[in-house]
Amino acid sequence: MTRKLFKIFLDMEIKILGPGCSKCNSLDKITREVVEKNDINATIVKVDDIMEIMKYGVMSTPALVVDEKVVVKGRIPSKEEILQLLTK
Amino acid sequence: MIPVFLLGCWILLYFNLDSAVNILIDNILILSPGSHFTEALRFFLFEVPKILLLLVLIIFVVGIIRSFFTAERTRRALEGKSLFTGNVLASLLGVVTPFCSCSAVPLFLGFVESGIPLGVTFSFLIAAPMINEVAVILLFGLFGWKVTAIYVGTGLVIAITAGWVIGKFKLEKHIESWVFEIKASHVEAGDEKIRFSDRIRSGYLAVQEIVGKVWIYVVIGIAVGAAAHGYIPENFMASLMGKSTWYSVPLSILIGIPLYSNAAGIIPIVSVLIEKGVPLGTALAFMMAVIGLSLPEMIILRKVLKMRLIFVFLGVVAGGIVIVGYIFNLFLGQV
Repeated sequence: MTRKLFKIFLDMEIKILGPGCSKCNSLDKITREVVEKNDINATIVKVDDIMEIMKYGVMSTPALVVDEKVVVKGRIPSKEEILQLLTK
Repeated sequence: MIPVFLLGCWILLYFNLDSAVNILIDNILILSPGSHFTEALRFFLFEVPKILLLLVLIIFVVGIIRSFFTAERTRRALEGKSLFTGNVLASLLGVVTPFCSCSAVPLFLGFVESGIPLGVTFSFLIAAPMINEVAVILLFGLFGWKVTAIYVGTGLVIAITAGWVIGKFKLEKHIESWVFEIKASHVEAGDEKIRFSDRIRSGYLAVQEIVGKVWIYVVIGIAVGAAAHGYIPENFMASLMGKSTWYSVPLSILIGIPLYSNAAGIIPIVSVLIEKGVPLGTALAFMMAVIGLSLPEMIILRKVLKMRLIFVFLGVVAGGIVIVGYIFNLFLGQV
């Protein structure tokens, strides 16, 4: 409950997990585009440290993490899907 | 509806390609039949669209199939399996689970961390790059189903035995120690719910991504092949890498490992080498070394494996490929 309350004041935190392959970079790019285009309040961090990535239990990169929850892994979602995931 | 229409177009194109190319060359361009240039051009104009058509269709289907296999599911299937069964299962799953060498490390960590034996993990890591859809399609398109079956079959045998051997060596201590300190979250993110329309979409995406990346190599590879096809004398390679030269198999593997070419570029060239007198076993060994053992992947894996284990891995797999090469040279020779 408190978390939900906080969420109103806090920006959404988006993390892109990936050790730096081309797929990871393109997920990073399109996520930024979606956030920018739709005026979403969010901070985007790209995580390329493998130890950090493993903390999310992700085995196939790239992965998209929204507020510490893995929502997509191992593929690049479409822009529409990202928007849906971020505005839910 | 659209996929059905596209499939119709595909069938029409694929089965009329031969006559269309012949009409273009003999009746429209009126090139003299039998000359080196005409035949090289015929080869090129026929093989490029044929391979591209095969790539598009099969990768679409593979894209849909792969949406059913995730790394997490594969891990669950492998957990708690005994050594040999685990090796067989891991190799088979390596073929169907989506894999790119950039996620080799997270995958390795995920496997080891959940207690899957090192040998079983290696079976997966050997089979996954070696038997990939692009290699299989090109082999099928340029060599026919027999060579394809031999490649896939021996590839699986190598992945299973190499993994099993590595498992027997008990090399767990040569994994970098930090690997065991990771506290990966065991709260599984759970499988995403995927609708069937999303699976179709992942088929389209796979085509876009893979064919978009490899088509240029297919064109270049077949162009080089076509030129060699018409201009290099018959049996030219036989003296260089022929059956009688015993060192041809290990030599072709040594050349193959640092060569980081994808299957799309290398297979058309190898198909010409075979035509010019390189025996099948040597060619097979070369392709497996190029496709299955890549230097960049070794460098990526160095993050989690100590040097010694990397060398054992390389040595065992290369050894397996050498054996396969010799066996085929002895018993089959030319196709």
